[in-house]
Amino acid sequence: MSEERSAGAPAASNASVHEVDARGLLCPLPVIRAQDAAGALAHGDLLDVFATDPGTLHDIPAWCEVHGHRVVGTWHEAGDIRIRIEVCET
Amino acid sequence: MTQKKAVALISGGLDSMLAAKVVMEQGVHVEGLNFYTGFCVEGHTHAIRARHQARPKRNNALWVAQQLGIKLHIIDVSEQYKDIVLRPKHGYGQHLNPCLDCKIFMVNKALAWGFMDANGFDFVITGEVIGQRPKSQRKATMPIIAKESGADDLLLRPLCAKRLAPTKPEREGWVDREGLHGFEGRSRKPQMALAAEFGFADYAQPAGGCCFLTDAAYAAKLSDLWQARGERDYDLDDIMLLKVGRHIRPARHYKLIVGREAGENRFLEGYRKRFLHLRTVGVEGPLALIDGAPSRGDVRLAAQVLARYSQGRDAAQVGVSAHHTNGVTEALQVAPLPASEIPRAWHV
Repeated sequence: MSEERSAGAPAASNASVHEVDARGLLCPLPVIRAQDAAGALAHGDLLDVFATDPGTLHDIPAWCEVHGHRVVGTWHEAGDIRIRIEVCET
Repeated sequence: MTQKKAVALISGGLDSMLAAKVVMEQGVHVEGLNFYTGFCVEGHTHAIRARHQARPKRNNALWVAQQLGIKLHIIDVSEQYKDIVLRPKHGYGQHLNPCLDCKIFMVNKALAWGFMDANGFDFVITGEVIGQRPKSQRKATMPIIAKESGADDLLLRPLCAKRLAPTKPEREGWVDREGLHGFEGRSRKPQMALAAEFGFADYAQPAGGCCFLTDAAYAAKLSDLWQARGERDYDLDDIMLLKVGRHIRPARHYKLIVGREAGENRFLEGYRKRFLHLRTVGVEGPLALIDGAPSRGDVRLAAQVLARYSQGRDAAQVGVSAHHTNGVTEALQVAPLPASEIPRAWHV
């Protein structure tokens, strides 16, 4: 696993970690999947978005920025991209 | 007066960006909506094609939201949008672009989304300019969009509002009509001047080029698909695959989709289990999917076509493996088809 970027430590260990599988989807579908999943989560929950489209490396952080969520880190794992988001109240 | 809320259609182009900014400048809370139809140019092709790797892969609608500092909600309407593409009440533009029906649909969706109790928006904004586009942005079409979308006078076009009857947001004083604009015509100069005034130096090309349905080559492939299948219908995978590769149809009942470079081959790999697919053996070559119901002879001809696009194109024989959807793999030895024997008419 290679870590592309990590913005601080993950949130408290008791935060729920949820996953979205957007592998094989092209942008903006991974963003839409993340958006729909985040809408059902609580402040502080973590969301791991798994994707293969390199466009997600830009689009997911951009979406997080406009909605006030936090990108915890981005990793490349066996050809997949994993982006961890901390859901924040906005 | 409590702060009013407007939902803005954000395409990622300059006009919708300016329209939102004009209203934000008047103290209105604005959030953006962007609809995913499946025909969007941005994002997909950049992600697929290796030769575009150096270009920024940004989603322009998200980028606009970042510049404006507003939330952007992206809504997948691809399934509902089929009805607009297949049965446009107002017909098509130059190709298969149902622009007027599309605008009505999107304003209607924005209205429905924005007026949900949970969202509580007061009106809808678009970046339309009278005379900007020949099919959908004419003075005569403006009231049609307002009426048929159901938005009526809750639809505000900040860039050309002064040339239209005052809407409710203007009449009620939610926005100051004097602060709106009266742009008209195809010239982009007024928008570029306004962009400079707002300090926007970087923005995407004008709207219209963001939809594959306005593209002649894409529209020809979609028409070909409908003709070959004998019905006007599609699913999301169909319209994704029309964006990728060479489409070569030797006969009505089947066609090849041949990757043109590494990025397209990677994309096509994702579909290989659902299609009969061909690979060259022992020489570098693209992946080819076969859409349709080819006979054994057709598969052999398809292998010859594939060999033509491989590194073995000048060899007497090239090995090709045909992978059937039932798991059977067939080994073929074929002579690459000379370019002169691939008629132009086969290229969709």
